Amino acid sequence: MNCLDALSAYGLRSLGIGERLLPRGDIGICEQLVLIGSGMVWNIYFTAVAMAFGFGLATLVALGKASRNPLVSGPSKAFIFIFRGSPLFIQFFLFYEAFVLIPKFAGEIDLGFVVIGIDTAWFTRAWLGALIVLILNTSAYTAEIFHGALVNVPKGEIEAADAIGMTGGQKFRRIVWPTMLRIAWPAYTNEAIFMGHATALVFFSSFPAWRQEGDALYYASYFAERTFNPFVAYPIVAGYFVLFTLFIITVFGAANRRLNRHLAPGSVKRVKFRPQFIR
Amino acid sequence: MEFCADPSVLGDVEWWLCYLTTPKQISFYESFGTVLLLLVLAAPLILLLGIAGALARSSRAAPLRWIGNIYTSMVRGVPDIVFFLFVPIALDQTFEYIRHRALCPDVTAPVRQGADFVVCAAAKLPLSTAPQSVHDIYGFLLALVAFTIVFGAFAANIIHGGLAAVPRGQLEAGEAIGMSRSQVFRRIHLPQMWRFALPGLSNLWMILIKATPLLFLLGVEDVVYWAKELGGAKTSRYAFPHGDWRLGYFIALLIFYLLLTWLSERGFRRLNRRYAAGFST
Repeated sequence: MNCLDALSAYGLRSLGIGERLLPRGDIGICEQLVLIGSGMVWNIYFTAVAMAFGFGLATLVALGKASRNPLVSGPSKAFIFIFRGSPLFIQFFLFYEAFVLIPKFAGEIDLGFVVIGIDTAWFTRAWLGALIVLILNTSAYTAEIFHGALVNVPKGEIEAADAIGMTGGQKFRRIVWPTMLRIAWPAYTNEAIFMGHATALVFFSSFPAWRQEGDALYYASYFAERTFNPFVAYPIVAGYFVLFTLFIITVFGAANRRLNRHLAPGSVKRVKFRPQFIR
Repeated sequence: MEFCADPSVLGDVEWWLCYLTTPKQISFYESFGTVLLLLVLAAPLILLLGIAGALARSSRAAPLRWIGNIYTSMVRGVPDIVFFLFVPIALDQTFEYIRHRALCPDVTAPVRQGADFVVCAAAKLPLSTAPQSVHDIYGFLLALVAFTIVFGAFAANIIHGGLAAVPRGQLEAGEAIGMSRSQVFRRIHLPQMWRFALPGLSNLWMILIKATPLLFLLGVEDVVYWAKELGGAKTSRYAFPHGDWRLGYFIALLIFYLLLTWLSERGFRRLNRRYAAGFST
């Protein structure tokens, strides 16, 4: 099978489109490249959607943690503690088991071995269930970053805003929030990269790959097991992740420049990749 | 215990006492020891590899520097789980290949035959006749090596940064009084590095703790394995039938990890304060 055939057959396999079965007999490099690449769709989906939702939730949690009201700051701190203090791997298992139990409490019909729950069954699918876990997880890590930036917003800027008579909402929208983002951005970039890496855990924890629709690592490990040769499939998946990482760095670097566009070109700190945050 | 022989006639308290002391439950408790053992064994190895990697990176010999650079940057773009899956298989196949070459020189057929990896029976690791415990220990050691290699790269990054942060004047003072390069490194550079590397290393320790459930993926019978095994529904064919308790078991694991990271954080805070003593910042 040449590469174009492999591409047309397996190019969208990770979405359930194309050849029904995975290649079995002789597995060429093309099939591996195409299928593992096709699996990256899931990694990108999980990263992008989780980051998008996580951004908003993290801002709220960070503000909550900074609140003087213990009824607000307490739950925020507990949320951050639980999701940062435990392994993502365990969180996936825990939430999967919890999602499996939802139908029982939602009053759905349980036929012994088959659970009839049209709505709640979606929670046990990776695209929703795992996504919820990832959103909560990244929110906790991001909230910690944002909170650190929030308390470091220069006092003078806030006083200046007060002096010209800005209301609370204006102050937050125009001064506090943008400055917080500017300070947090380098760390937030790292968070995005590690979020991308963490998505590789989804199909390795408990969320089953439905109809062989898995992510890049799912296919890579399938090939490594089939061919007894880890020296092809894993370097391929590593290569794809390096590309993905470079893409994230480019996008976040552009955002960083946009955030700091009022500063002199030379004075903007370049985003440095420091692996500090991981699940 | 004697009275546990027939669980169906027991009262609630006795039932729980009996259930929580079955041999399988004991294995579950012991698996917490496995996790802690991995942490305790991996930490010093990671530090050693980290120092070696950081040294290689600033070495004067170019090839060594390249190795150090490649090694320290390997964690940057690729998820650690890929390494966790790759390293044990790769090591296993390497060992078996070497043993195959050494022990069975008369077998000329290639080791890789299409989709198979064939070594002679004597080269298998561990031997198929070996008791189960040997298999377990071998699996654990492979996992340990994988953890060391992956986290050694993180540590090398951190220690490299720590070494670079030690003020130049300190090293120059050592040179001025006639210390050799290795003396400067051992007596001045390395002891002062800890102060700068400690925040990063404490971070790394947290990461290491949170990576231990990955042992499950490497085939080690760890806490996750037993939680899945014991928590699954048990029908009346078993001595202690119960429904699906996996959620409960995983909540127990969550609490265990929260406790572990919380205690570590407190420990590191104290350690940080001690190392910061005597520094003006």
